[in-house]
Amino acid sequence: MRNRTFWLVTALVVIAVFAASRLVTNDYFFFAAYVVLQYVVLATAWNILGGYTGYINFGTAGFFAIGAYATVVLHQLWGPPIPLLILVGGILSGLVGLGMGVLTLRLKGVFFAIGTLALAIVVQTFVTNWDYVGGSRGVYVIRPAAAPFFGAYIHYLFFVMLVLAGLSVAIARSIEHSTLGFGLAAVRDDEQAAEAAGVPTLKLKLVATTLSGALMGMAGAPLPYYVTYLDPSSGFNLAYAVNAIAMPLVGGMTSWIGPLIGAIFLGVIQQAATVTISSSLNLLLVGAVLVFFVVAAPNGLIGLTFRRRGKAPATPGAAT
Amino acid sequence: MTEALLEVRGLGKRFGGFVALEDIALDVHRGERVGLIGPNGSGKSTLVNCLSGIQRHDAGSVRFDGRAFDGLPAYQRTRLGLARSFQLPKPFRSLTVVQNLHVPLLFTAKHRGGAMLSTAEIDARCEELLAMVSLQDKANARPRDLTQIEMRKLELARAMAAAPKLLIADEAMAGLSHSEVDDILALLVKLNQSGVTVILIEHIMRAVMSFSQRLVCLVAGKKIADGAPQDVVRNPDVERAYLGE
Repeated sequence: MRNRTFWLVTALVVIAVFAASRLVTNDYFFFAAYVVLQYVVLATAWNILGGYTGYINFGTAGFFAIGAYATVVLHQLWGPPIPLLILVGGILSGLVGLGMGVLTLRLKGVFFAIGTLALAIVVQTFVTNWDYVGGSRGVYVIRPAAAPFFGAYIHYLFFVMLVLAGLSVAIARSIEHSTLGFGLAAVRDDEQAAEAAGVPTLKLKLVATTLSGALMGMAGAPLPYYVTYLDPSSGFNLAYAVNAIAMPLVGGMTSWIGPLIGAIFLGVIQQAATVTISSSLNLLLVGAVLVFFVVAAPNGLIGLTFRRRGKAPATPGAAT
Repeated sequence: MTEALLEVRGLGKRFGGFVALEDIALDVHRGERVGLIGPNGSGKSTLVNCLSGIQRHDAGSVRFDGRAFDGLPAYQRTRLGLARSFQLPKPFRSLTVVQNLHVPLLFTAKHRGGAMLSTAEIDARCEELLAMVSLQDKANARPRDLTQIEMRKLELARAMAAAPKLLIADEAMAGLSHSEVDDILALLVKLNQSGVTVILIEHIMRAVMSFSQRLVCLVAGKKIADGAPQDVVRNPDVERAYLGE
């Protein structure tokens, strides 16, 4: 499928899902679906750096929270509309991604991973001590009761996150089939060989950290309006980092569809468990599923389907 | 005499207190076939790494095709026409054989011809390169399914995809059988005849002697001999380095 066709199909899917959602009368559905879609964005964004490029980022929560806290600041100042908030959150966390890349991309493997974790902790410490955004007490962000055309505000938030999810999946798919995608795959497989083949590895890695960081920040930007009360321990929750890694791993890291499937699969399980069993069981479930997949299906769900069909997936064996 | 394609002057590289290369001078002329020999640990691979930009040299200068190469990152050197293969093949494991060739084609083309190659042009180049190393049947195989010699051929084809003026083949034949060595040798000679200058780093003396027009010998980071292959192997310093006192 050509890229333009894929973007068109993605747009149609987004519209169809939204149209179908108008038939749902229970508002809880929208609250749950928002979280799942948010994870689609996070997992897809993580996979651009983790799956395509082979650099494991433990700092997802940091980028996500930068987007969320950018919204808090702007909300205190003047309260711009959500699309603008998403844009600002994306630009800010993209810049932080670029900075993180410059600082840490000379590190490899586990050292890079520790560097990203450190970044998230630095940002969290900064926010915790910043009174203007509520500091450790947290901050209330009152969302409007309704949005024009959409009705209940949560319907609007759901739509926004749905568009973001479509956008990030389409971006990921376009990268995969581009010169950039080939370059990133070369970096992931062997950086020296990539350089020797004419690939500007540092530049490509910076593109990946920037893009990945920006998408994570965009996913975080609407968060204050969703939760209405944001404090550092929820904004920087470990669950974001863990899920952003677990979902592509469970789905499969070498293709755009992996994080999408993984996020929907794990996201729905978690949402279902929250209502039916207990809300604190979430991460335990993720852990169990993750252990199972690492042992039984290291190439994720897409690896499993391809194995059954007896052929190799498009680009298997990502960062191992 | 025309300017040399590769001009190395006073090249030095240290790792902490260990001197890996010291005051290396080397000229390679267009169209030449140069063999580089030396015992293990004599600095051959370090020299290749410094020339190709994988490592930075600490002293001296490298000029290539009339340009100063000092401080230039590896990918730019490749784009300017200095390509290398690796001693241990480093294929892109997650890509197919033909996709392995796409990478250098996509990333070096813009710097040679101006415009990006079209899909048809890329396919044609890939076919040509695969035919050159007789890997047509393996185009869609994964590197893990290749034999050792096929892996070496892929390594050479990928280096050649960058359309280099100078190819540095770092032990392209180590561990291969007698007939496989001949196979790779024929390939390198064919490349040379098509106009590519080749530096061959090799331990297999039979191969180096039949390939090289000129032989350079490194021992303990210093160049101790440079000349006609027959003279170099009879040089007493070279004999001492290989056979002891």
